[in-house]
This record gives sequence, structure tokens and C-alpha cells, in this order.
Amino acid sequence: MVDTSNNLSVPTSPLTAPPTVGKRSSRPGALSRALQNTSVRIGGIVVALMIMIGLAAPFLGAMNPTEINPIARNKLPGAESNKRLDDGTQVKVQHRLGTDSLGRDIYSRVLYGARVSILVGVTVAFISIVIGLLIGVASGYFRWLDPIIMRVMDGLMAIPAILLAIALVSLFRAGLGAVILAITVPEIPRVVRLVRSVVLSVREEPYVEAAITTGTPTLKLLWRHILPNTIAPLIVQGTFICASAILVEAILSFLGIGVPPETPTWGNIMSEGRQFFRLYPHNILYPGIFLGLTVLAVNMLGDGLRDTLDPKMAKRV
Amino acid sequence: MFAFILKRLLATIPVMLIVAVFVFLMLRLTPNDPAAIIAGDTASAEQVAQIRASLGLDKPILQQFVIWFTRLLQGDLGESFFFKKTVASLIADRIEPTLSLSILTILLAISVAVPLGVLAAYKHGTWVDRIVMGFSVMGFSVPAFVIGYVLIYIFSIQLNWLPVQGYQRIGEGVGGWLYRLVLPSLTLAVIYVALIARMTRTSMLEVLGEDYIRTARAKGQSERVVLFRHALRNAAVPIVTVIGIGVALLIGGVVVTESVFTIPGLGRLTVDAVLARDFPTIQAVILLFSFVYVMVNLLVDVAYTFLDPRIRY
Repeated sequence: MVDTSNNLSVPTSPLTAPPTVGKRSSRPGALSRALQNTSVRIGGIVVALMIMIGLAAPFLGAMNPTEINPIARNKLPGAESNKRLDDGTQVKVQHRLGTDSLGRDIYSRVLYGARVSILVGVTVAFISIVIGLLIGVASGYFRWLDPIIMRVMDGLMAIPAILLAIALVSLFRAGLGAVILAITVPEIPRVVRLVRSVVLSVREEPYVEAAITTGTPTLKLLWRHILPNTIAPLIVQGTFICASAILVEAILSFLGIGVPPETPTWGNIMSEGRQFFRLYPHNILYPGIFLGLTVLAVNMLGDGLRDTLDPKMAKRV
Repeated sequence: MFAFILKRLLATIPVMLIVAVFVFLMLRLTPNDPAAIIAGDTASAEQVAQIRASLGLDKPILQQFVIWFTRLLQGDLGESFFFKKTVASLIADRIEPTLSLSILTILLAISVAVPLGVLAAYKHGTWVDRIVMGFSVMGFSVPAFVIGYVLIYIFSIQLNWLPVQGYQRIGEGVGGWLYRLVLPSLTLAVIYVALIARMTRTSMLEVLGEDYIRTARAKGQSERVVLFRHALRNAAVPIVTVIGIGVALLIGGVVVTESVFTIPGLGRLTVDAVLARDFPTIQAVILLFSFVYVMVNLLVDVAYTFLDPRIRY
């Protein structure tokens, strides 16, 4: 056992405070152990930075990211343009990262783009884990359901993930909701498999069998003894899902089938920049850097969390 | 062996059946009316109803599935809403570029990734290892289209060595065909190399600690023979597995890469079909890609028996 005083003595921030889910659910000290990991630290700092950039975009000198300004089309980074205000006066604005072919400010669009990317990443991870957890527990715990659920999951997993997302997105009217749904569905079978394997191994543990013999109600058994074992692997898996969701969202937007083109997302900026790529390569480069950096950071966070929270999984890959 | 392949082939039937049901239901359970799409915006209600009847969409859903599925088994993938051609002929037109790109990418990726992974495992913990692993994490994080445009910028626009975009059929000359596929396959290979190199390293690290490696070294085998004959051969099963699983990534990457390099393949067709809401084509492409993915992984299972004689089915 790792000493619990470690956690209880420093309740300074919500991150280091003792977990509220109950003592037996996450091993004491697991979180502080994770925070010691270099990969978790670097990844976490960059992710936190991106979230802050997204939230604080209006205060970082970003203008309206959807405002079209025909006289300021295709400006190079650092160029200035005149902007007419509502009262007719003209002001000079600087385009730090240039403008696109509609005169929208790339710097502003890139900053606001962080919002959509992170929102999509986190939402997809959350929804796919909740649904995957429910199905996975049902599949692992109720033997009669297992073969049916697993065959369906096998079928879904036989469809390459991006292709499935592309097909699903075509079924609904373009929008953020459709994109989130389309990215979530292909992730669910992977969560189901993970949860099921944990449940199957835990079910054979003596303490679970003891609980069954003493007549613990099924729901309580699942909640107290089985679910807590899925938390660590799910946190790890959720991080990787988040990274891949951010990537897939950018891919869909880039292909022109994601969120509507006026929405500032990194994929949309790049999609718009394709047309004049030879002359203005920065319209693809800058959002590309932000996107790559964010996904890299989330992946590093996942790698570090896996090494510290889920050592069994770390050995596998 | 033959019995095993037959058994595995039979096992793919339920998987493909579920894919087919899913692909069928996907369209029927969402608010999309193919008849209205074909008829266009100006059609009257009667015209729409007529088209609906001619497509068989007025029948009960189970009967519709049976009709659709029987036709599918006969190789009839239906008619494209948008291109006004049969889906089968569309796919036949587009299959060559995609197949060329995929095969070149797989060959390129394996021939780069396996030596890299072996090297990283051999130099475990050194800067060589760190560079390879760093590249691998990067490969997973930067999307193919960003890599593609960076490569185009460097090699086509700045250096002017390679064409920016386009495709040339293999029948019109192997040189031009290869010349135009260099950048697309490099782009597509990055994520695949990342995946395979990482697994090669992990698998090699495990094997290099075994007694028989020490024995091979003790009897004076050269390091090259130890690494490639003794270690790699025993480390091969997980590597081949990941090559099979990675085909899913490859298929996703094909869609993106073909768009970046304007290659008229199945990936480009998929995007065009989605933009045009051309459902028969979307369905057919998903079925085809899933079938290929399942078959590749079946081949991988068969390959195990050659790689590891201990595995018998």
C-alpha cells in the first residue's frame, strides 16, 4: 500500500485532493504518482495551455474569427489592413498569421479553433466511454448477452474507423453534433472490448465470488467491486480516444465534410488554405502546427498515464 | 491447414453479415429518403413515389434487406445516385490508383519500419532509440494531410523534384506511375511506419532477453545473424499482427492522401460520394474496404503458422 497521508496532507488544489469516488476505487497516490511522470507533465502542460488559449482567445488579441473582410484577402503573416468600424472610422489591424482568401484573420481562427478541437476531443472521449462502459459491463457480466454483443462489436470493428466516421457524417445535416456522433460510434467497440476484458478477469476474483455468495445485489456488486477496476484503464483509453477524435475531426473538416466551413476549426482553416497553398502555405502550416502539437501532447499524456496507472497495459504495447 | 483456412473463412461470414446489416440500417433508420434525392428538388410527390416504388423502397424493411442482400451476393452493388453509372463500374475505374498507392505504401513502410524498430531495440535506451520512438509518437500525432502538404512544399514547390499532384495509370508507363506515387506513398507511410516500428521495437526487446539469443551470441554468431535470423524471426508474430491491424489506418489514410494529391481512387470516390449524399456508392465502398480489412487479417492469421511453427491450428 502506498501511504495515504501523501494525498491527504496536500489538499491545496482540486487535482491533488483525495478522490471523491471512494478510497477503494483509485489506489491512493495513483494521481500523485502520475504527476511525477515527465510525459504526463509535459503533455498536461501543453494541453492546459491549449485549453487556456481557446478560452482566452478574445483576450489574446483575436478578432471575430468569422468576419469576412474582402479588402484584406490573402495577406501574408504580419501584414496590416484597414478595417471599417460601424461608425465609419477606419482602424489599422495587424494580421499576425495573415488572412485567408475571404480576408478572415488566421491568428483569430487558429486560437478559436482550439475550442472546437478540444470540445470534440473531450466530448467524444466522454460519450464513448460512458456508452462503452455500459455495454462492456453488460457483456462481461451477463453471460447470455456476451456472444450477441461481441459479434455486433466485431462487425463494427471490421469497418475502418475513419471510413465509418465519414459514412456516418453523411447521414445527418452538417454540424458539430453530427461530427461528434460520427467520431464516437467507431470508438465504442474498442471501449467495450477493454471493459469486458477487465470485467471478465475481475469476475473470477475471490472477493467478487465472496460478494456473490453473501447475496450482494447485482447493481451494488457492479458498482462497488467491478466498476472501480475499470477506472484506471478507462482514463488511459479516454486520453487516446481524445487524441484520435481531435485528429479525425480535423480530417473530416479538411475533407470538407465536417463542421460547417465558416466555423473556425483547424481542419477548416487548412481546407480553405488548400486552394492557394502554393502561394500561401502558412494557411496550412500554422493550424497544422497547433493540431500536431495538441494531439502530440494528448498522446504523451496518455502514454504517461498508461505507464503509471495501468502498468499491465504498458507492457503490451 | 486447409481446414483451418476454411474455418476462418466461415467465421468471417457473420462479421461481414453484421457489417452488411449495419450498412443497410444506417440509411434506413436515419431521416434520408433516397427516392427524394434521386428525384431532385423540382420533382412532384407522384414522381418521388414512382421512383420509390421502382427502387423497392415501398416494401417492408425486411423484404428490402433480402432483396438488397441477394443482389449484393450476385455482385450487383446498385446504381450510383450521382454518377449515373453502376457502382460496380465506378469501383472498377477507381481501384487501380488505390491499390497501387496501398501496395507501394505497405512495401515502403515495412522496409523502413522493421529495420528502424530492430535498431531501436538493439540500441535500447540510447539516443537512436529515443529518435525512433520520438518519430513514432510524432507519426501518430500529425495528420497525413499536414505531412503531405509539407512534403509537397519541400519536394515539389521549393526543390521542384517531384510533381505536386496527379496520377498516371500504370499502363501508360511504369516510370511516370512511380514518379507520381513517391510523395503520396511517403505521406501515407508515415503513420504506418510509426505503428510498425513501435511494435517491432517492443517485440524485439522481449525476444532479445531470451536464453537462445545469449546462446547464439556465445557460439560466436555475428550480431547481424543474431538480430535478423534469431531475434526478428521470433519477434515476427506481433509485428505481422500489427501490420494487419494497421490496414485500417491505411484505409483511413488513403481517403485523406488521395484528396491531398488528387488521385482518382476509391478514397476520393468516398469523399465525393459523401458530399453528393450518394448512398449506394458509400455503402459499397464501406463493404469493400471492410471486406479487404477482414481478409487481410485472415491472411495474417494464416501467416502465423509459417512464422511460428509452434502455432498449429
